[in-house]
Amino acid sequence: MNSNCPLPVNNFDSVTMAHGGGGKLTDRLIHDLFIKELDNSWLRKAHDGAVLEMNGRIAFSTDSFVVNPLFFPGGNIGDLAVNGTVNDLVCCGAVPEYLSLGLIIEEGLKMDDLRLIIVAIRDAAIRANVKIVTGDTKVVEKGKGDKIFINTSGVGTILQGINICPERCTPGDAIIITGNVADHGIAILSSRKGLSFESSIKSDTAPLNGLADAIFEVTKDVHMLRDPTRGGVSSALNEICASSGCGIMLDEKEIPVSDEVKGACEIMGFDPLYIANEGKLLIILPDKYALDVLNAIRKDPLGKDAAVIGHVTEGPPVVKLKTVIGSTRIVDMISGEQLPRIC
Amino acid sequence: MIYSGRFRKHKRIIKFLALKYIDEYRDINIINALATSIRDVVKHPWNIMEICGGQTHSIMKYGLNEFLPGQVNLVHGPGCPVCVTPLEKIDKALAIARMKDVIMVSYGDMLRVPGTESDLLLEKSKGCDVRMVYSPLDAVNIASDNPSKKVVFFAIGFETTAPINALSIIKAKNLKLDNYFVLCSQVLVPPAIKMILELEGSSIQGFLAPGHVCAITGYNDYVSLAEKFHVPFVVTGFEPADILTGILALVKQLENGRYEVENEYKRVVSKEGNPNALKIINDVFEVTDQEWRGIGTIPESGLRISSKYSAFDVEKHFNTGITGSRESDICIAGKILQGSCKPTDCKAFGRECIPEHPLGAPMVSLEGACSAYYRYQ
Amino acid sequence: MCLAIPGLIMSISSEEGLKMARVSFNGVIKDISVEWVPEAHVGDYVIVHAGSALTILNTREAEETLDLFRQISQAQTDN
Repeated sequence: MNSNCPLPVNNFDSVTMAHGGGGKLTDRLIHDLFIKELDNSWLRKAHDGAVLEMNGRIAFSTDSFVVNPLFFPGGNIGDLAVNGTVNDLVCCGAVPEYLSLGLIIEEGLKMDDLRLIIVAIRDAAIRANVKIVTGDTKVVEKGKGDKIFINTSGVGTILQGINICPERCTPGDAIIITGNVADHGIAILSSRKGLSFESSIKSDTAPLNGLADAIFEVTKDVHMLRDPTRGGVSSALNEICASSGCGIMLDEKEIPVSDEVKGACEIMGFDPLYIANEGKLLIILPDKYALDVLNAIRKDPLGKDAAVIGHVTEGPPVVKLKTVIGSTRIVDMISGEQLPRIC
Repeated sequence: MIYSGRFRKHKRIIKFLALKYIDEYRDINIINALATSIRDVVKHPWNIMEICGGQTHSIMKYGLNEFLPGQVNLVHGPGCPVCVTPLEKIDKALAIARMKDVIMVSYGDMLRVPGTESDLLLEKSKGCDVRMVYSPLDAVNIASDNPSKKVVFFAIGFETTAPINALSIIKAKNLKLDNYFVLCSQVLVPPAIKMILELEGSSIQGFLAPGHVCAITGYNDYVSLAEKFHVPFVVTGFEPADILTGILALVKQLENGRYEVENEYKRVVSKEGNPNALKIINDVFEVTDQEWRGIGTIPESGLRISSKYSAFDVEKHFNTGITGSRESDICIAGKILQGSCKPTDCKAFGRECIPEHPLGAPMVSLEGACSAYYRYQ
Repeated sequence: MCLAIPGLIMSISSEEGLKMARVSFNGVIKDISVEWVPEAHVGDYVIVHAGSALTILNTREAEETLDLFRQISQAQTDN
């Protein structure tokens, strides 16, 4: 990730209230940093909004990003801001096309950090093949924010023949996860003071439209797509159960977890099913397509560790797990954030 | 349908056995074999208490009750230091967290435990500086990095945690820090077991002794208890195979009328424990009477900071104004911790008392019996 | 009450007068106090709780127990 953009001639080391005041400094920030890095015809117009030509069924999604620390192994908040909304659109069965970018910056954020975040947004947008077409910037007083909050909203066109909703989940459907779970949450933890550790674990933040294309090449009869972010696989599947009325049975020995993530979870007393992911898809589809979809996504580096981790069952709407020793237990929805424990 | 080719299945097995000296004790064939052995031995009903909350957690997480014959009734013990930390101590921690220029530091376990009106996480959301650490040595680092602040570490735990809690005080002393303090709520296992055995109508016939506590203390303390009350103890680990091994050894003794202390966690525990760790505990702490939340005061069942290290004792330096706290009338945590009730016996379980709004500590702590029952069953 | 897991000692040092070790848990490395296992060496497995090593894992006992488990399992399969 590189930026050759020299700072504005005013040479501010950090963002000031004046940068959000709507005057010359705001204009300089927008043109010399945001538009310069994210350059496209919509942004060059510098208009209040973007006019788009789109046809068919449109998916529209929004997400806000408040991660701490801003920079973590494998990426920064800028990567999350683009990939998060891109993936939400993917989960609607859409091809992501256009994003908006809203920044709330705390006075005092280092310019170098802001530049790195914007460069990450630029690179993530290129990778995801989306355009940032409109945006907004506000600056709040020191102490009224947490360095930077980002909101992205996005639109995309839903492909013909795709109908994704939890009500389509049917007993017997296979559940696929596209790779190792819990990478992102553990990567964040590894940078947190008081809990940190050394490892090669990186956030898995990535756009998943490529994987979605591979899935839809095999079949469009996908019942559900969900990216298991906060709350992990467990929260996502519990929500699907609640919406669909179906139950789910997972097979613990099939759930892919990297060795290092497993080690980190054991130290902290975590269950990987409750930890955030930022570059994984849960796919629920008729079992007859599962093997072909698995083979298709395993060809993509982002899907090389994909696995069938369970099946949809008749109700009640509860997620159950067959443990590695063969017993069965419930996988409950977590209450709040999972905290490291000594007991 | 078979989803994995032969190569991928092999790769998964290799990945799966990656955690050395852990995953071997989660092997399905070994579990089934131990379960069969238990079924072959058991002829009579037995009430067995697993003392340690970590064992409770493992039993629930792995559904070990499915592998046991109906005659074996597992009763959950008081070995959850989060659950037994007195309400007054938690209220003191909250009061300290609210003080100016204080950084309150805690293990993750304690952040959501309810005090009378609040918890540490709630106080954090209101603007108090509350931080979480994995090790108390990290708390000392926070003190070193923040010389203008008073850093108070909430030191809970059983004998397993006492040495590292003690070492944090020694480290602070070595660094000549005058801004590091400890709020101490350390408890000891054997007096609590003695109290349970002395309870009128106690039905506990055998104990799975806490493996990691014994790694520090050894298990000599349980010999006199076994002899006095004619009750067997088996030092037991925490993985599914360890727990079933402990139960197997216990039921063999019970069926044969023996009451000895056995060690089935030999890879970690020796009879004498860890003398170096015991030395540091004895240097920094001294034995005291201790209140156990929901149970009451048990004589000589806790540790307090010795006078030699009183400079680090927060209760000698901070006036919190807390002089007693009142428990919820509905919560029966005490009876659950003593093994006389199960969580499902509580009227509030799953209704007024759930993880999102717990009435008592056993619903908060992941190894508390109530939380384990709620989450896994 | 005591979450503690085995980790592999990669190196040993002294920090501010306290004996510390870099311990690996499946590739995740943490700095752990080894103050009360002074006889521990690089290559030993230690049982780690809250940032401290409680004891050195007795690998001979561990292997003997696992052998016993396998024998029980085999005997039952044969029956």
